[in-house]
Amino acid sequence: MIELRNISLTYAGPDDRPRRVLDAVDLTLEEGDLVLVAGRTGVGKSTLLGVLSGLVPRFTGGALTGRVLADGADITQTPPRERTGLVGYVGQDPAAGFVTDTVEEELAYGMEQLGLEPATMRRRVEETLDLLGVADLRDRDLRTLSGGQQQRVAIGSVLAMHPRYLVLDEPTSALDPTAAEEVLATLTRLVHDVGLGVVLAEHRLERVVPFADRMVLLAGGGAVREGHPADVLRDAEPDQPAPPIVELGRLAGWDPLPLTVREARRRARDLSVTPPEPAAPAPSTGRAVAAEVRGLTLARGPRVVLRDVDLTLPAGRVTALMGRNGAGKSTLLWALQGASPGTRHGGSLRVVGVDGPVDPTDLPRDDRWRRVGLVPQTAADLLYLETVAEECEAADGGAGAPAGTCAGLLDAMVTGIEADQHPRDLSEGQRLALVLAIVLTAGPDLLLLDEPTRGLDYAAKRVLAGIIGDQTAAGRAVLVATHDVEFVAGVADAVVVLAEGEVVSDGPVRRVLAESPSFAPQVTKVLGPGWLHVDEVARALAGAGR
Amino acid sequence: MSAARLPRDLHPVAWWLWALGLAAVGSLTLNPLLLMTVIGVAVVTVTLRRGDHPWSRAFRIYVWLAVVIVVLRVLFRVLLGGGYGGTVILRLPEIPLPDVVLGIQLLGDVTAENVLGGFYDGLRLATLVLCVGAANALANPKRLLKSVPPALYEIGTVLVVAVTVVPQLADSARRVRAAQRLRPGPTGRVRSLRRFLVPILEDALERSLSLAAGMDVRGYGRSGDVPARQRLRTGALMVLGLMGVAVGTYAVLDTTAPRWLALPMLLGGLGVAVLGMLSAGRAVVRTRYRPDRWRAAEIAVVASGLGAAVLGWWVSTYQPVVAYPELLSVPQLSLTGLAAGLLGLVAAFAAPPPVLATGGPPAAFLVREREGAAA
Repeated sequence: MIELRNISLTYAGPDDRPRRVLDAVDLTLEEGDLVLVAGRTGVGKSTLLGVLSGLVPRFTGGALTGRVLADGADITQTPPRERTGLVGYVGQDPAAGFVTDTVEEELAYGMEQLGLEPATMRRRVEETLDLLGVADLRDRDLRTLSGGQQQRVAIGSVLAMHPRYLVLDEPTSALDPTAAEEVLATLTRLVHDVGLGVVLAEHRLERVVPFADRMVLLAGGGAVREGHPADVLRDAEPDQPAPPIVELGRLAGWDPLPLTVREARRRARDLSVTPPEPAAPAPSTGRAVAAEVRGLTLARGPRVVLRDVDLTLPAGRVTALMGRNGAGKSTLLWALQGASPGTRHGGSLRVVGVDGPVDPTDLPRDDRWRRVGLVPQTAADLLYLETVAEECEAADGGAGAPAGTCAGLLDAMVTGIEADQHPRDLSEGQRLALVLAIVLTAGPDLLLLDEPTRGLDYAAKRVLAGIIGDQTAAGRAVLVATHDVEFVAGVADAVVVLAEGEVVSDGPVRRVLAESPSFAPQVTKVLGPGWLHVDEVARALAGAGR
Repeated sequence: MSAARLPRDLHPVAWWLWALGLAAVGSLTLNPLLLMTVIGVAVVTVTLRRGDHPWSRAFRIYVWLAVVIVVLRVLFRVLLGGGYGGTVILRLPEIPLPDVVLGIQLLGDVTAENVLGGFYDGLRLATLVLCVGAANALANPKRLLKSVPPALYEIGTVLVVAVTVVPQLADSARRVRAAQRLRPGPTGRVRSLRRFLVPILEDALERSLSLAAGMDVRGYGRSGDVPARQRLRTGALMVLGLMGVAVGTYAVLDTTAPRWLALPMLLGGLGVAVLGMLSAGRAVVRTRYRPDRWRAAEIAVVASGLGAAVLGWWVSTYQPVVAYPELLSVPQLSLTGLAAGLLGLVAAFAAPPPVLATGGPPAAFLVREREGAAA
């Protein structure tokens, strides 16, 4: 049993104003439970996990008060390296924490530090390989693994030290829906079979809530609600994060709230609503085409990354690009931007602007942003100056736009950013907005977004959806590569699914998402095809009530 | 196939000792035939016994480096080496130089001695480079660093991390360069340097922090229960040993120093230092997972390398005509010389094939099963 008693953490904020992240938090964690830590961005989820592992305040700074007790013994001052038998910690980016270079050595590294007998190590490595289902990867180079495999190896590498608790920070945020399910299934198995206590923080509640035994909701201002997920979510304020299924339950007034699709489906039998009329059949014929890809084939060495890809991006529309990790989504985006991410073996690329269609590869390399705006996965790579204002000025100057263009765009997107803030001090969503504003300063006709929802909470995603809506209203074509099914359901007009570099599915969002069991949003799973998101149900219910 | 011939990774130290043996042969001769033999042995062994890891693929870079070295050597001799007489094979106009650089001649007559001398010399250097490259391609550098004695573990860790960071830094440089091209911004030379460097440095700092955190949560740097007395003893032994080694080395090199300060002091110092390492090693709580073991194949590989070195030394001492042939006569190769060159090849056949990172072909019965299922 780990107990947090009166834990507070204060950072020295700007202007020497102390910023309190955790405020007198009391929490008790039992072994054998899967505990979900939820809350809005910046509320202190990662900090709470860091306090458990001992990395906070050692690696982050800040003043920690209160006590951490393990079975009654005070371990507040114990460094992480001495807590290995109690807590195993896996950070947000598992690849960044890898010390060795092959799977087997990575699993053994922690045990080497503990000084275990070689025979014990050998046995535990084999057990761990089996437990996590990565036995066939044992000799693989860690950098060649997919995201889901890396995550499982990272879990295994701390598990081999036999901790009693496993603490994970956003273990599924970078994963496609199937890989996320695999990781969560593995965690559930550890809880059930090994009796491990698992504590994890996650933004995408729709993925984790069905597996959670208990939920800790950090509601801000030090308020902590904890209990069974259904109870916590029922009592939470509407502005706290909740998965679509719970919002549906709240709308329909179901009690107790359903947490799994199966429960919700049973309750939905007596919900009589008619699905919304499918949107007026494609007015896209009259619309201008912003970009067109025909038969594009790209290879990197002997490996074919994209094969015969056809894609049409109409102006004023949002297209979502989905598919497994490594299916070629990012490559397609970079190809559309004009940077050749491989050798092109045929096919054509066209981006249509005011002065006619052009192959982006033929544009000058440092000038393509005028036509095509791309926000890459690590958006922070675009930032290099000390304040938000300087970044905006640099963008205005570089693009030849009137002074204040970028700052104006930023203000229209999000509020609450001070001009003299350092970009690194912004929240994930604010930083994304800043990068978007910089990219949009040049006024490109085509906007490409690579995994923009990573690390965003539901509120930030709604803001992002609003921004994307404004762009299409301005006549831009938007292509979003993402794993986030619910986000796609809310924002996209059409969906293209890639597998192994080939287009396997292409069409209006309603049809493509409903076709696939792994890509279907929760509302579709509960109410059947024809439904996409909760707002539609709300409208239908309001209509029926009238 | 006996179990010893099945794929496994050879002890990295064995490959390095073998390569050093070959390099010793190369450094003890200027005979192009012998040098070519050594190069051939190194290339054949690498081709047969390297894995498919990134460091194995780096051998190509060493080959290019070797070619460049030979070409440059010959070129420099042609450019600067004239004016010493000999058999002229090509007359080039001499470029007059001011008297200040007396003794240096630019172009002018090209002699056979000059060109051949440059070629032999370059070939010798190229052999050394290729031997090091072969060791690098055959042995995992990280496993080599891990083979250090426990007392040097911390240094080994630092080196391992440094080795890991370089490719990561290259990755992040590529990513940032691509990302900075996505935004409008200043284009001046100094300013674009800043655009490029700041994100990379931030990224590198962040990576090192998360690596440090990753190592800490995995128990790196746990304090063992070492009594203060033992720590003191270890420290004293190490310091005394290193002082002895320093004084001994100085005395060995400086012939005017008293002789009892030379070899005896050096050996004594080394002995004390080894004692210190043993004492430090006992205090370490860490263990090694599947340490590389010395088996017959390792011993055979080392023996072939060291044997070649001994033969090479014998040739250079007792058959100077073979080891350092006249520049203008056709170089000869004695039987011992040939043996010195070819002995290293034993390693290519004594060593088992490497374990491939990508995995081999599927087992035959699995294929059959799959075909059956397809049918």
